[in-house]
Amino acid sequence: MTTKMFGAPVQRTEDLRLLVGNGRYLDDLGEGSYEAAFVRSPHARARITGIDVTGALDVDGLIAIYTYEDLTGRVAEPLPLLIPHPALTHGRTAYPLAKEFVNHVGEAVVMVVATDRYLAEDACERITVEYEALPPVVGIENAHRADRLVHDDVPGNCAAHLVQEVGDAPAAIAAAPNRLELKLDIERSACMPMEGRGVYARWDAADESLRVYTSTQTSTGVRAAVAAKLDLPLDRVECVTPDVGGGFGVKIVHPWPEEILIPWAARLLDHEVKWTEDRREHFISAAHERGQLQTVRVGFDDDGRLLGLDVEILHDNGAYTPYGIIVPIITSTQLLGPYKPGAYRVDFRSLYTNTVIVTPYRGAGRPQGVFAMERAMDAIADHLGKDRTEVRAVNFIQPDEMPYDHGLLFQDGRPLIYDSGDFPGSLDALKKLVGWDEFEAYRARARAEGRRVGIGVACYVEGTGVGPYEGGHVQVETTGKVVVATGLTSQGQGHQTVFAQIVADELGVPIEDVTVTTGDTRRFPYAVGTFASRAAVMSGNAIALAARNVKAKALRIAGEALEADPRDLEIVDGQVRVKGSPGASVALGTVAVLSNPLRYAFDEASKAATQLTGKADFSKPPVAEDDEPGLEGRDYYSPPTATFANGMHAVIVETDPDTAEIRILRYCVVHDCGHLINPMIVEGQVHGGVAQGVGGALYERMEYDEHGQLVNASFMDFLMPYASEVPKIEIDHLETPSPLNPLGIKGAGEAGVIPAAAVFASAIEDAEGFPITRMPIQPSELFHLRKRFAAGEIPALRRGADHAAGTHR
Amino acid sequence: MTDTQIPTEQRLDIRLSVNGVPHTTTVTPRRLLSDCLRHDLGLTGTHVGCEHGVCGACTVRIDGKPMRACLMFAVSAQGHEITTVEGLAEPDGTMHPVQQAFRECHGLQCGFCTPGFLTVVSAFLEENPTPTEEEAREAVSGNLCRCTGYQNIVKSVLRAAEITEERKGCAHAEGDAR
Ligand code: FES
Ligand code: FES
Repeated sequence: MTTKMFGAPVQRTEDLRLLVGNGRYLDDLGEGSYEAAFVRSPHARARITGIDVTGALDVDGLIAIYTYEDLTGRVAEPLPLLIPHPALTHGRTAYPLAKEFVNHVGEAVVMVVATDRYLAEDACERITVEYEALPPVVGIENAHRADRLVHDDVPGNCAAHLVQEVGDAPAAIAAAPNRLELKLDIERSACMPMEGRGVYARWDAADESLRVYTSTQTSTGVRAAVAAKLDLPLDRVECVTPDVGGGFGVKIVHPWPEEILIPWAARLLDHEVKWTEDRREHFISAAHERGQLQTVRVGFDDDGRLLGLDVEILHDNGAYTPYGIIVPIITSTQLLGPYKPGAYRVDFRSLYTNTVIVTPYRGAGRPQGVFAMERAMDAIADHLGKDRTEVRAVNFIQPDEMPYDHGLLFQDGRPLIYDSGDFPGSLDALKKLVGWDEFEAYRARARAEGRRVGIGVACYVEGTGVGPYEGGHVQVETTGKVVVATGLTSQGQGHQTVFAQIVADELGVPIEDVTVTTGDTRRFPYAVGTFASRAAVMSGNAIALAARNVKAKALRIAGEALEADPRDLEIVDGQVRVKGSPGASVALGTVAVLSNPLRYAFDEASKAATQLTGKADFSKPPVAEDDEPGLEGRDYYSPPTATFANGMHAVIVETDPDTAEIRILRYCVVHDCGHLINPMIVEGQVHGGVAQGVGGALYERMEYDEHGQLVNASFMDFLMPYASEVPKIEIDHLETPSPLNPLGIKGAGEAGVIPAAAVFASAIEDAEGFPITRMPIQPSELFHLRKRFAAGEIPALRRGADHAAGTHR
Repeated sequence: MTDTQIPTEQRLDIRLSVNGVPHTTTVTPRRLLSDCLRHDLGLTGTHVGCEHGVCGACTVRIDGKPMRACLMFAVSAQGHEITTVEGLAEPDGTMHPVQQAFRECHGLQCGFCTPGFLTVVSAFLEENPTPTEEEAREAVSGNLCRCTGYQNIVKSVLRAAEITEERKGCAHAEGDAR
């Protein structure tokens, strides 16, 4: 057998292109196409009273100007509400171009098409839009207070109100020997992929067909939406995802207004049209996430065991809800983490504000949920004077309790059942990795040097690989090369490599002979998309199943050729051979030739397959009734429920006693995503997630002023971590396989980011001795908190007193 | 409407030397070097992540020095030697040590920021062929990457230094053999 590829740190095939400048990202395509630019609303809430385009008409190279009035057919309707939910009683979506009202700064009002982007922007500048400014709703409290409404017909600004309950949490809390209440606050951040959004459309008038390239996380989704909006049969629309410069969630939203408008204009103008988002547009017209206010009530026994947990969440969904209420649903369900909550009640309201829409950003509501739960765990430990890991441990679901049914519904509408996981094992590994038990000695030494340090811990469970399905197609060409396709898209996760690893093993071919295509509806038209850490699980397993079908067929055909029982055959290095007698073999490429009886020969290989030269059994048709020509297979993977990965992070921070600067001394991760297909790639995913977590906890925040202006809409003002801000990340893996899928894998894409806000809060609070309830936290805020603490406005942690006395354990 | 009269923009013929190859093209004075490289010369390896000089994705080398192509006009790049990511590999296709190191160390995921890192690191290692980890981290701290968390980028810088050294060793060995 050739070296096993599954589990090996195989170097990525995609890098060969990407490293030498041969990537093909959206804006690399379509030279010669017209380019679009948009006039976007400068107001958070306003009525459009007039649009005057005359000033733009003389701009050199101007092709067309479109306002809402110009939109035709279904393009003039509101954008789809992608994920309806019974609780989403007041879902609202935008029009592709604003119709009368604008509801956030950045909403598209006019589209200009010109021969190049510079000229399109010139024209935008010369268009005058008159607005009657209306007072906006900004901030969750204001939205909840609802003195003003974002949408006149949405009372209380409330898009959705959902309560999920298991047992009677308020009663359990009331009866508990110990009770605590926490008020928590997480602010907005955003995915901020280095490549923004972009769309490029080619209309073929003679063929009446459309090809759309878009920087998306779901090409099948965009294709279906564009076909529906433009009233085209699905078979006249293809959607191709080129290389994508990062997604992290924002590119799963579809169709973006531009994804409808650009193809629509391309057809109308009978010319290629492209739009490439610029950075400011990405800030003000794509999507953000995270913003929530939470009230957590817990009742617990003297060991810290949860008896009742009651959580109220106010979730800011921005101006519209095209992606439904997935984010707060995930917060509500994944908040439970590795714990048994006792009785549980979670109540969320999803509220409109006059800000950019809120849709999943890596972690998708989980960081907020974990923040709530882990803040509660720390508070319980502090209340009881117990070690924080001890309190977590008494609440863990034990390995022998798996599968564990929480009695709730997950984001896919299916039961929230954990399939596997070893939480005590993970915690032990983490404590060892970070040196949890030795920390107090370290703290004492640091204190003696006048340094202030703290340690934090946070645990999470992540539902990954949600359905409904993905598919895979594997085909052996007559050259022996193998081409593989799956419908979901890639944004840097190394799918071309990991899926090739799977096929190489399943089929017994060298990995160099395997080429993988993702996100191209011409190659695989059925797919859902890349989000929720689902690609490896869903497409990986589908591709494995497809490869197994191909192998079975190859062995059958080779068995006939070699006059051997297929059960006695194996495939090694692309050769089908009789086990134990390597002499008798046939190349997979030849098997592919034999699989497809031909009438016409066009080369030597095909000659062997023509009807008149091959050996034929005249009693049978050339292609058996239950067979198909070609050595290829297609299969789908559709799991009954998601598979749940888990992990635990610990961080050691040092806070400067004078400047309140927060330094990360160590960052440790224990991660369990089942079997690893490619450990190098999984670690890369964790690294990237942690860096985004660090950003979200210590730097990044979307600063809206009271007028709804995003005042830091550039990389100069929105602080994302550079290499200097991200610490060295130490990782240990557990591998508890998923029993749900053939490969035993779980998703890993979002893991790194999920517990970051919680773990930093835990560590900073441990260093400072007073509770941290708000994230992100920058030195200026910490400084301010210290002042309030000194003034007695913030209560000390119970162990905080020990801190000062230097006896804290 | 006289105030909307738009003067026809001046167009200039310019000559640029990119990766050792002379190019002539016609641009408006406001054309950014990044746009000129990408869209006029078809060298789309140079990427644009912010267009305001912060992310570093557009970094090219001008007479060897890393510069942000989104902060330069194409016209002002005349008379200078420009190196883009397409020009880093050897003429025979052998990857530059930095490119090879990024592959070995998994220093890229989506690859969008990568050309900027490659150009920066290639210049850095010429100045400091044996950096410490601290210096390596410092060297890449002006470029944004949203995917990798920088761990493997820092590793790649150190590995690239090693590869450069190894290759020198090989070249010497070959020289000795002759
Ligand atoms: S595009 Fe030039 S620095 Fe970001
Ligand atoms: S690899 Fe994606 S931004 Fe750096």
